[in-house]
Amino acid sequence: MTQATADQAKGSVLAADGTPLKVSLRRALRAQKLRALMLIAPLLAFIVIAFLMPIADMLFRSVENQIVPDTLPTTVVALEDWDAKGDALPGEPVFAALHDDLVVAAEAKTHTRLGSRLNYEDSGMSSLLRAAGRGVRRMSPDEPYEAQFIDMDKDWGDIETWRTIKLYSGAYTDGYLLNAIDMQKTVDGPELKPASQRIYVMLFLRTMLLSLTITFFTLLLGYPIAYLLAILPLRTSNLIMILVLLPFWTSLLVRTASWKVLLQQQGVINDLLVWVGLISDANRLVMINNATGTIIAMTHILLPFMILPLYSVMKTIPPSYLRAAKSLGANDWTAFWRVYFPQSVPGVGAGAILVFILSIGYYITPELVGGTSGIFISNRIAYHISISLNWGLAAALATMLLIVVLALYWVYDRMVGIDNVKLG
Amino acid sequence: MNAGHGNEAFVAFEHVQKSYDGETLVVKDLNLKIGQGEFLTMLGPSGSGKTTCLMMLAGFETATHGEIRLAGRPINNIPPHKRGIGMVFQNYALFPHMTVGENLAFPLEVRKMSKAEIEAKVKRALDMVQMGAFAGRRPAQLSGGQQQRIALARALVFDAELVLMDEPLGALDKQLREHMQFEIKHIHERLGVTVVYVTHDQGEALTMSDRIAVFNDGRIQQLAPPEDLYERPENGFVAQFIGENNTLEGTVETIGQGNCTVRLGDGSVIDALPVNVSRAGERTLLSIRPERAEFNLDRLPEGTHTVKAEVLEFIYMGDIFRIRLRIAGNENFVIKCRNAVGQRRLRPGEVIDVGWLPQDCRALEAA
Repeated sequence: MTQATADQAKGSVLAADGTPLKVSLRRALRAQKLRALMLIAPLLAFIVIAFLMPIADMLFRSVENQIVPDTLPTTVVALEDWDAKGDALPGEPVFAALHDDLVVAAEAKTHTRLGSRLNYEDSGMSSLLRAAGRGVRRMSPDEPYEAQFIDMDKDWGDIETWRTIKLYSGAYTDGYLLNAIDMQKTVDGPELKPASQRIYVMLFLRTMLLSLTITFFTLLLGYPIAYLLAILPLRTSNLIMILVLLPFWTSLLVRTASWKVLLQQQGVINDLLVWVGLISDANRLVMINNATGTIIAMTHILLPFMILPLYSVMKTIPPSYLRAAKSLGANDWTAFWRVYFPQSVPGVGAGAILVFILSIGYYITPELVGGTSGIFISNRIAYHISISLNWGLAAALATMLLIVVLALYWVYDRMVGIDNVKLG
Repeated sequence: MNAGHGNEAFVAFEHVQKSYDGETLVVKDLNLKIGQGEFLTMLGPSGSGKTTCLMMLAGFETATHGEIRLAGRPINNIPPHKRGIGMVFQNYALFPHMTVGENLAFPLEVRKMSKAEIEAKVKRALDMVQMGAFAGRRPAQLSGGQQQRIALARALVFDAELVLMDEPLGALDKQLREHMQFEIKHIHERLGVTVVYVTHDQGEALTMSDRIAVFNDGRIQQLAPPEDLYERPENGFVAQFIGENNTLEGTVETIGQGNCTVRLGDGSVIDALPVNVSRAGERTLLSIRPERAEFNLDRLPEGTHTVKAEVLEFIYMGDIFRIRLRIAGNENFVIKCRNAVGQRRLRPGEVIDVGWLPQDCRALEAA
């Protein structure tokens, strides 16, 4: 007892067996923690492998440029002393280094890959390097390489070719990221691309704007439905719930295709409007293959994601609040606006952020019904991944998208408060 | 208090019927007049129609038939927010996103009162329920009893002349409930507002009300002040529902003015007060309160009929003893006696004589 009191005085309480209480508590909890960890281990591993690692890989790819120093190791070193801002071509040592590097590269057939890489920055580089890969073997070591290169293709005498190689000679580059915001690397530092080549900032802005519009429309259409779901008797509300969930049971492609049938100029809606006489046959509405089509189809597809969180929040608002407000003298609108709506805000927040983030990254629907004016940034990312094969740029665009989403999330947290988001 | 008879009834239900499904009536031909300043309680088991009546008065349900008048004006077609009736809900229904002060200001704001006026009224209402210091709190930060007071203050803050309360104390623990009963009663007395109170707790009804309307099966079974209701129940349901009650089955032997004799199952004949019986030979249910049955025969007047009873159980409850007897085949006949000095403690198996005053034994209709 006196021992225990003394220990307490020193600030460490002992367990019955004499070990400090904190230690034995930690030991007791460790087993529990381990067991809990083992339970979530499969999911954790899955998320790390299938989600976190690809994201890290994407972030890495958006700056990675290893192929240039790997393929042209001596050229890159030789170029270090060359002043890219000047008007003079790099000297003979650089051409000699290029020759040596290309001989090795042509042997390993890596020069074509380098060609495609540099072609993203300066079109023509691909064929230039492919030809050089064939030409270097026939070059004579006794004559100056500079003349032989320029003789093979006059582009080797173009200073822009060398500037491109110099600008992208590092193992890491900010070129992709600059490209993703319509800028380019020049010898004088990053600058905006010529107006005719700017596309991505506009696409980002359009993606935001259309996503906001879609979020707004899903809220406008979803709020009353969610309210009905929450207040109607179970039998009726179940029926509505089935109708709400019905789209989930239909293939996304089928739904999108049906919008094509409905909205096209010779489609059901136009036919109906012409038949009724609201529009003339010559002025059929263009509702598909543009932004309107994207908004209509995506509002429909994402509507359940708005309705469900709204419903689950509204379900928890007792009807007695509205009654209380009315008994206190508020008319229907005041009762709704001052009492019901503020309590449904967490559902609005959850639904809005869910729909907005889903639509910001949406791909298939804009691709099918968006035409050119209704496509999103994700369609461009997909294009670079599967058609142009410029994965670096695709990764940079995706990184930008991620940054934008995180920034919006932060703003949202500041304005609405993420604690205010409730899914049920 | 004004019992509300005559034309000057403040609230009047006239032949009100209510059906939800068009097949069964939840409220069957309700006629009720409530006087200004009265505290009327609607008491009944769940599903008896009492809450429906309250909701019709508040305007949240429409009467299928009949007329409801407030201060002489028919209100059937007036929406709830124009009725000016204060209401306290079962779960308080305090708006969780507003502070206590904002909750109280709400009815005043929708009435477009000036800021200064609102402030003064809110303060007065909060002080009335001794919650003046809590104006800045959120309802979730208050205890159940405190929320209850705020709900009460909110129903009164806009000077409603009629306040409806729908089982407002149901969620409180017993001690707090009893305390709040008195508090509500005192506020009612001080302000002179008319209160219609719904509860299924008969103790609450007896403590607080000027009059109680006992509901069952969509009808008012009895409408009377608490004392009458307890001591002079008019039918079997009221006798059973209010307080504890013993019943004995029998047949009316003779019937006179204010007196009748009843033959019980075991052949013994006792005196009773005819309430719902009219002729000899009729089957009847006798109702006797546990505290009115006496086995100390000295305390009963000369000539009282007594019956033989066997003690089945003797329960010590502190201030009282509760004794279960078998009388004329009924094994659940309970009597209560005070734990007074010199009180005899009965033993199970003992056979005793039990009697009561004839007016305490009420002959009601057979079930």
